[in-house]
Amino acid sequence: MMDSPRAGTRQPDALGRFGPFGGRYVPETLFTTLERLATQASSFLEDPAFRSALAEELSSWVARPTPLTHARRLGDLWGAELWLKREDLAHTGAHKINNALGQGLLARRLGMRRIIAETGAGQHGVATAAACARLGLDATIYMGAVDIARQAPNVDRMKRLGATVVAVHSGDQTLRAAINEALRDWVSDPEGSYYLLGSAVGPHPYPWLVREFQSVIGKEAREQLLSATGNLPDVAIACVGGGSNAIGLFHPFLGDREVKLLGIEAGGRGTGLGEHAATIARGRPGVLHGCYSQLLQDPCGQIIETHSISAGLDYPGVGPEHAYLASIGRAHYETASDDDALAALDACCRMEGILPALESAHALVGAQRWARSHPGQRILVCLSGRGDKDLPALSQLQESSDEGTPERRSPVEGDPPMKEIRGGAAQSKETLR
Amino acid sequence: MKEIRGGAAIAHALRAGMREGYPALVAFLTAGYPSKERFAETLIAVAAAADVIEIGVPFTDPMADGVTIQRASALALAEGVDLAFIFETLAGLRERLKTPVLLMSYLNPLLAPGFTGLATAARRSGVSGLIVPDLPLEESVSLKDALNAEGLALVQLVTPVTPDARLQRLCKASQGFVYAVTVTGITGGQTASATARDAYLARVRDHSSLPVCAGFGIREMTQVDALAGQVEGVIVGSALVEALERGEDPRAFLKSLRGGDRP
Repeated sequence: MMDSPRAGTRQPDALGRFGPFGGRYVPETLFTTLERLATQASSFLEDPAFRSALAEELSSWVARPTPLTHARRLGDLWGAELWLKREDLAHTGAHKINNALGQGLLARRLGMRRIIAETGAGQHGVATAAACARLGLDATIYMGAVDIARQAPNVDRMKRLGATVVAVHSGDQTLRAAINEALRDWVSDPEGSYYLLGSAVGPHPYPWLVREFQSVIGKEAREQLLSATGNLPDVAIACVGGGSNAIGLFHPFLGDREVKLLGIEAGGRGTGLGEHAATIARGRPGVLHGCYSQLLQDPCGQIIETHSISAGLDYPGVGPEHAYLASIGRAHYETASDDDALAALDACCRMEGILPALESAHALVGAQRWARSHPGQRILVCLSGRGDKDLPALSQLQESSDEGTPERRSPVEGDPPMKEIRGGAAQSKETLR
Repeated sequence: MKEIRGGAAIAHALRAGMREGYPALVAFLTAGYPSKERFAETLIAVAAAADVIEIGVPFTDPMADGVTIQRASALALAEGVDLAFIFETLAGLRERLKTPVLLMSYLNPLLAPGFTGLATAARRSGVSGLIVPDLPLEESVSLKDALNAEGLALVQLVTPVTPDARLQRLCKASQGFVYAVTVTGITGGQTASATARDAYLARVRDHSSLPVCAGFGIREMTQVDALAGQVEGVIVGSALVEALERGEDPRAFLKSLRGGDRP
């Protein structure tokens, strides 16, 4: 069953709070729209007609349930029993479609015709464009100019699917600037446009709404693993940018106290300011894009530019429910560096015949590290998307490495690249052991 | 003589600034604009022609602002403008600056010093109140308490899409004046039709015992004239910053909004 935001002790509360995190910090112009959306979304999610329409589309159009793959060779290499939840096989190639379709159906029920969305890696943009085409809605997608350059194939796909793609040249020209621009658009037409937010961030009800639509990942994976092995995983691991695939994987396991939950943030190229996007590991609480959560910011409360090789993780905030789960110790968060993610991506390609998205490769680094400290355990990883979109960026990296920069060690030949692993924040390493 | 402070000072200045029914002028200026060095003199020049001043605290992610304020905000941040600079500048101008000053800031830069420290520093530098566009009424209690403890006001914003019951709550909670956003959109945007705007402002006036100021998208004298008799003040932001960008004298620009034939 989907959780109502007002159902007893369940998070969030009526104000959209997960513990102290969350809330609804928006201009007055949007406040009433968000209040109405929370009420309407609650009732639609409980409406049998809406639920069966969503289930039918998830099955016949998205191709759910997505498989759970036993990754035997990669698991052997790393010394664990490794299972991959294959969101890369969902329509449009990532978990983003679960939420885009769900909110698209909701928007149509609400009588909206025009959809606004932001995108980082382009996966949410593609998913929104596809869902809007399927549902007969107009899509306007905001995307940072930097991301447009590094995710060109997805820009093409959005346009082919009939969406209008708006390049954002303001601010840091990545996901964060795209959200600002999408919000500015929405503030100008709060009653005529629907903002289809792509991650578990933003003002209430989005973190809850996105979690509800993404929880299908964890629900399916839990059942599939139980039926394949008779057991739950020892640990469930997902990458965390805003945190939508992670909250989707984690949420159905929250009641299984023996299942550890591990989120992997982008460690980028170092621990200095601006070199990473490790929000929970290195941020402090603040308000950005309508919610109170962990943020990467300077001492004056200005938001810091982030870096990750993966556009989908390149965001200075994180979903409020992750900030909450970290604060109560129910989930733990570590980081994976750009280089480690690339090595894990190579390993997954060569050992399993699966090209994961750079984002998902961060989760694989978490699995590799977990296997090292917990040999032989059963690890469930959300392979949140496929890596086709990253091919141009990967080729570029290959070229520059062919031109004489230090060569990355192959994950398959010789030693596994464990010596290269740069650990997460000291605190999260500690708590995980 | 007891000094009038906080919200009372703002309301007083607005009422005193009205000329034969024509609204008083509230001028918005991004802190540290056009540069840190020239900010104080610009502020004095603006104060000479405005009844109330709003100083914008720059923020990296100004989601309610149009391109003009975004640009000014980015410039100010590049200059290293922060709350400490703003308070220091204002404290240095206390003797010369008799116009009430409000700070307009997104919430996150205000969280850094903590609300109590913020309120104390604001009061010491002569600030009368705050406007926080991303802090809805429901989340505003702790900031309001901290400001009120120092005698400072927290101004609430209302918009054309605010339902009546909520409008009533916002008007009741507001201090100093009620900020009536006339645009469904971002700062500097297009204004609604005259009929819709008049009906909206009438609703706000019905619920407010405080002065009402109209803002977002005020650019020229005809707009100010059209608001005569409907609001106590108009807020001019993007258009003033654009005049400064063109190198114009802010006094002349603000006077042009009041109309040449009025004092």
